[in-house]
Amino acid sequence: MGNFLSALLLQAGYNAALVATGSALLGFAAGASGTFLFLRKRALVSDAVAHATLPGVGLAFILMVALGGDGRSLLGLLAGSAVTAALGLLLVEWIARRTRLSEDAAIGAVLSVFFGVGIVLLTVIQTMSAGRQAGLESFLLGSTAGMLFQDAVVIAVGGTLAVLATYLLRRPMTLVAFDPEYAAASGYDVRRIDLAMMGLVMAVTVIGLKLVGLILIVAMLIVPPVTARFWTERAGRVVWIAGALGGVAGYLGAAISASAPALPTGPIIVLVAAGLFLLSLVLAPARGVAAALLRHRRFQRRVHRRQGLLALARSEPILERYTLRVLRAEGLVRPDGVATEAGRAQAAKVARDECRWDIARQVHQDAGLTGRYDGLTPIEEVFTADEIEAFDSRLGGPRPVGGLA
Amino acid sequence: MTRPTETPITLAATEGRVTPRAAIPADAPLVLRGLTVSYGEKPAVFSVDATFAPEAMTAIIGPNGAGKSTMLKAALGVIPRLSGEVAVFGQPIDVARDRIAYVPQRASVDWDFPTTVIDVVLMGLYRRVGLLGRLTGAHLSRARDCLDRVGMGDFAARQIGQLSGGQQQRVFLARALAQDADLYLLDEPFAGVDAATERAIIDVLKALKAQKKAVVCVHHDLATVASYFDEVFLINVRRIAQGPVAETFTAENLHATYGGRLATTHLDQLDLAQG
Amino acid sequence: MGNEFVQFSLTPMLIGILAAVACALPGNFLILRRQALIGDAISHVVLPGIVVAFLVTGTVAAIPMLLGAAGAALVAVVLIEAIKRLGRIEPGAAMGVTFTTLFAAGVLILEQTDTSSVHLDVEHALMGNLESLIWFRAKGWGSLLDPVALAALPDELGRIAVVCALVVVLMIVFWRWLKISTFDEGFAQAVGLPVTAIGLGLVATAAVAAVAAFDAVGSIIVIAMFICPPAAARLVTNRLEHQVMWSVVFAVLSAVLGYVFAGYGPLWFGSQNAVSAAGMIAAVSGVILGLACLFGPHRSRVGVGREEVL
Repeated sequence: MGNFLSALLLQAGYNAALVATGSALLGFAAGASGTFLFLRKRALVSDAVAHATLPGVGLAFILMVALGGDGRSLLGLLAGSAVTAALGLLLVEWIARRTRLSEDAAIGAVLSVFFGVGIVLLTVIQTMSAGRQAGLESFLLGSTAGMLFQDAVVIAVGGTLAVLATYLLRRPMTLVAFDPEYAAASGYDVRRIDLAMMGLVMAVTVIGLKLVGLILIVAMLIVPPVTARFWTERAGRVVWIAGALGGVAGYLGAAISASAPALPTGPIIVLVAAGLFLLSLVLAPARGVAAALLRHRRFQRRVHRRQGLLALARSEPILERYTLRVLRAEGLVRPDGVATEAGRAQAAKVARDECRWDIARQVHQDAGLTGRYDGLTPIEEVFTADEIEAFDSRLGGPRPVGGLA
Repeated sequence: MTRPTETPITLAATEGRVTPRAAIPADAPLVLRGLTVSYGEKPAVFSVDATFAPEAMTAIIGPNGAGKSTMLKAALGVIPRLSGEVAVFGQPIDVARDRIAYVPQRASVDWDFPTTVIDVVLMGLYRRVGLLGRLTGAHLSRARDCLDRVGMGDFAARQIGQLSGGQQQRVFLARALAQDADLYLLDEPFAGVDAATERAIIDVLKALKAQKKAVVCVHHDLATVASYFDEVFLINVRRIAQGPVAETFTAENLHATYGGRLATTHLDQLDLAQG
Repeated sequence: MGNEFVQFSLTPMLIGILAAVACALPGNFLILRRQALIGDAISHVVLPGIVVAFLVTGTVAAIPMLLGAAGAALVAVVLIEAIKRLGRIEPGAAMGVTFTTLFAAGVLILEQTDTSSVHLDVEHALMGNLESLIWFRAKGWGSLLDPVALAALPDELGRIAVVCALVVVLMIVFWRWLKISTFDEGFAQAVGLPVTAIGLGLVATAAVAAVAAFDAVGSIIVIAMFICPPAAARLVTNRLEHQVMWSVVFAVLSAVLGYVFAGYGPLWFGSQNAVSAAGMIAAVSGVILGLACLFGPHRSRVGVGREEVL
């Protein structure tokens, strides 16, 4: 606990502090840039991009060794990964656009083939004399253990740049993610903005490779936006909420990871993000599961109650058991099925509203009201009190309901 | 807001005794009772009662978003219903599935699917031949015959992606014909098809009626209702009216269904019944 | 040469072929249903599955591992479906949330557990170890008739053979249901087919194939075989029956060529060490798909596709 607190307060050493800051920044950038992808319904493109980094890492290593270096420069490896990631991205686009294959098939093909090539290159590197200690496997799952100071600086600087880029591009990307046609009509080059969006995702992926690894960086791009979506209906806000959630997950995750051994940074960050997601899935006020369940039950009850009362008003038989249960529970029908005093009163109100609607629909033919005459919308919600009084005056005196049904 | 004064209404519901299940007429091809379907919190179809007539062609009409297709799909169990009952020839739908043929909207499937025209028609026989039953020459010639009836006999080996919209619709109809049902439910069969296809389809449907089959179409073209159909069912979330075209297809009912969305000039050109 | 081939290459090659075919067959339908990435999701969650199985049983015996992996695949599919429906989230994102989280949990548990005594690590899970599945007892082609030698065949071969046969049988039996519910789900439902069960059954079959193949060849090859051979086959023909045949051909071709290139390719470049066969098989399948994208007779769309499904 003490370790965790000191890590949380950036007191657990210079490297750990840099990693925590970098993770928070990276989490923010990943959450925000992932949002655009998510809103564009292309979340898993990030999966292809992430897997496509592996051959780049391998190639960069081989190239650097061939040029006489030791091949382990983080910057060089990241540059290599960016090149193949971009290639993978372009291939996904090309396959989806030029052939009859859908984008998900293109994503799956690119990610598996690039990853396969990457694995082949890793086995090649293992046989090189310089390759034995390369530690390139750490790019699969990320590893902050034994990270050099300058690596931590790369992450911190990269995270800052990614947040900056997200901020600068936020307006066009929001527009394109939400309504590409409108964006095109207002003179934005949708294709270029799309590419910028992907470029940003790619940059985040590359920066995150060392920290969380290529498999789990996908989580940082997808989970926070999905979580954020539960809390707001506005695109602009999803971006910032997702960024904040990603930042919190990154910071907390890095701190937890630094506080004890055998707590790998990447998985911890992802699990923190997943915990936030789970909470939101269940508890979010409007879109959460608990709220939705409650709403659906209430709605179904309302429908059955209304249908039952309509049947009573028309003296039609009620056939459905659930309808009967609802009416009985409210004391509107007796256990033997005859309407009670209260039931008749309620049915009378329903019957009268039906008559009012009939008149309203004659009077307001042009008002586009037809869609609101759906059996559930109370007439008081659609018309003012004096309008309803006007309907009532045209309704005339009491009549038997049977004649109106 | 002040509440309007309570209008006293004498209640016929005084005797609103809940009766046991009333028998459903066994000869009615399709009966819906209290059918309610909703997407989210808004009813798409509310408490609809309908009885479709045997040996007749019925058009289901209503504005966009009025729940026409939804009603049909819910009746077939393709989408779940919130409440209500469905009977097909007096029986629950799962017992009577063999007697129904369904023609979905053309846009509902992926026409890039790797298959041929005759294959699609043969799908209509899958339920009959079962999982492993052999498709014999008789089945094949039956499928060819159905293709001939919609005028697509020469296109049997064609890849479905190469067909025009009208031809795709004809193939769907041929598949329904192969099912040899007693009740045909069609979802917008005339939407976006060419004039020749429209004629071909209506000829096939009229021939079905002549064979004493029931045909129910979701339909959007008011101009052809009077010439194509015997019965109409008007719906806008709720049932507005149902009956023979001659009595029910009136300006009043159309106004009640479409509200202000129907221009009077448009109404003048329709062959309306005098209500 | 012949004897060496039987001893060192015959079984890995056979296992590679059977695994490729077992995955490519259900892959055809996954692709047509735009569920290609279900294969991706399944192969990621295999890791937590086997880790948990190891925690529970304390051994690395094959059967508990397979059961654990299959269980994890099932849990993943249910979770994806639940998140999709309950949270009203598009399928891609729901998959992304599910498989990355489960994978992260798997890695964490693995780190927390002392697995130093057993051969259980992430790289193995990803890359498999096809090259090690050799037939020690074999002395030559004659061993194929020698019961003692046959009894010493790697267990993986028997398992993947059984699973491959199972997949083939299921495919044949449920061919019509699969075809009709994939092409026109509404119609399938209207004629009373259990479309939900068919969909789940397909995913379950894919999961079984993935788990069995994974056991032998690692998860990368699994994703590649789910997607690349069927996708390439789709570009070569316009008939489902032919597509499935072609996908099998491409799968076998990838397995054989990939294995050969991995084992013998480096020799041609003067290197002594073989490279990863699983990776090479995936790479070859990618080359085949690339060729199909460039030259496949039916590579481009004709007619109107369905409007983009959300």
